[in-house]
Amino acid sequence: MESREVIMKHYTSSPYKKNKNLDESYQKVTTKSDSCIDRLDIFIKIEEDKIVDAYFEGEACAIATSSCSILLENCKNKSLNEVKQFIENFENMINNYPYNEEELHEAVVFKEIIKQGNRKTCAYLPYSGLKQILDKSL
Amino acid sequence: MNIEDFPMLKEDLIYLDNGATTLKPQCVIDKVTEYYTKYSANAHRGDYDISFKVDQEYEKAREIVRNFIHAKYKEEVVFTSGTTESLNMIANGFFGKFLEPNDEILITQSEHASNVLPWFRLSRKLGVVVKYIPLDEHHYVTLENVKKSITPNTKVISLASITNVIGDERPIKEICEFAHENNIFVVMDGAQSVPHRKTDVQDLDVDFLAFSGHKMCGPTGIGILYGKKELLEEMEPQNLGGGMNESFDSPNEVYLKDLPTRLEAGTPNIAGAIGLGEAIKYLESIGMEKIEDYEKNLRAYAINKLILIPHLDILNIESDSGIISFNVTDVFSQDVAYYLNKYKICVRAGNHCAKILKKETGVQNSLRVSLYFYNTENDIDNLVELLSNKEKIVEGIL
Ligand SMILES: Cc1ncc(COP(=O)(O)O)c(C=O)c1O
Repeated sequence: MESREVIMKHYTSSPYKKNKNLDESYQKVTTKSDSCIDRLDIFIKIEEDKIVDAYFEGEACAIATSSCSILLENCKNKSLNEVKQFIENFENMINNYPYNEEELHEAVVFKEIIKQGNRKTCAYLPYSGLKQILDKSL
Repeated sequence: MNIEDFPMLKEDLIYLDNGATTLKPQCVIDKVTEYYTKYSANAHRGDYDISFKVDQEYEKAREIVRNFIHAKYKEEVVFTSGTTESLNMIANGFFGKFLEPNDEILITQSEHASNVLPWFRLSRKLGVVVKYIPLDEHHYVTLENVKKSITPNTKVISLASITNVIGDERPIKEICEFAHENNIFVVMDGAQSVPHRKTDVQDLDVDFLAFSGHKMCGPTGIGILYGKKELLEEMEPQNLGGGMNESFDSPNEVYLKDLPTRLEAGTPNIAGAIGLGEAIKYLESIGMEKIEDYEKNLRAYAINKLILIPHLDILNIESDSGIISFNVTDVFSQDVAYYLNKYKICVRAGNHCAKILKKETGVQNSLRVSLYFYNTENDIDNLVELLSNKEKIVEGIL
């Protein structure tokens, strides 16, 4: 699939978009940016060092929304340490450091778009949110 | 009109975010540069020639502002950092001094954050109550609704003369007349109106007015607090320090200078003030009536075209100003702004700092086009063309 199709798929019909009430076993974090109006809530359920379920909701642009969906897809059923590594790998990509393209899976679709103005902030938004949960849990 | 005066417009930029800030004409840039290159000294220290020159220019700027808003006295014109600081000074320094628990402040749900949060803080601090004048079906304030909203406890009505999302103009003069009959003060947030039409504080009879230099071709970081002299005399300076005191020997022996210096503690934004004076001279050379007419015509031109695009939801088909707020059906406003940015069109996406407006309109975010006199029909044609094709928008958001 082309990058555009991947992004649009996650933007318009993400399976990780919250579609039901979640109980208190889910941790919630709100991520928003000072420079734009993106705002996403991420809900994560952790069991024994593992993310077993993940959702998001909120209003945000195509990049932030699809990036969130792709991130959550890559977190589900992963250990917190694996997720941490995934995030670090993504950070390396957007900051022009060496990174492992294969391990980024679909998140690699942002490789080009983040070079445009402040869209790097959009793509990174969900990552900064998830990191807050990890920092608390690790 | 006057495009050639703006260096930023020499690039193929279409700047439609004038509600946020405006571009600067060469004469303002030159005036600011002149201060920094020819007489870059402090104010209030006429001991040597260049400092004397600063005082002259700084006070000349004040006089230009006084004349521009038709204030009675120069002392009524205080330089601040902008509308936000002015409104905070009014709320804290004046109303914070004498409002009592259960006194009421009337605003609306379409005010800018700067005309909401200072009152919210007073409400928490003093137990005063912030109430909202209901808006009519077009989100307008009517005198009728103002009349219905006041109670014996109402002490102040604080309104934008033109709002920053809907762009409606409020009947400030009529509101002042009615308010004063009932011993209520009126504060006018002129951020979106003073740059676009003639303002006459004596004719309006407002008690306080706040506006920003950067939204009217002036520099950032400079703005105006206007207040009737007898009211400003009562205002508690929020900042104390150099420049504004006469003498001080002990905590109980502090003597302050007269207006307006008393309210301008510390080294002021000299370049800003002088630049604002120049900006006003520039606007006056075009003529405020002409600016207003031009913008109205351009808005009508834009609306007549935008209204034909089926996938646009326009929030304010009617409006008295150059502001048009809209959404592209089913496309997040920020994505549309990114798309237009690819074609060097600058528009604002967001909730435009009027965050409580969403309760009123049911719309959380929107795109805002805000015009100024240097925008052209060609700018509008470009915008309309890019918005006409929804597939292209969806295609272009990435
Ligand atoms: C109606 C209104 N009030 C107040 C402000 C605040 O102005 P400033 O940021 O210059 O202090 C704005 C600016 O966007 C505005 O549109």
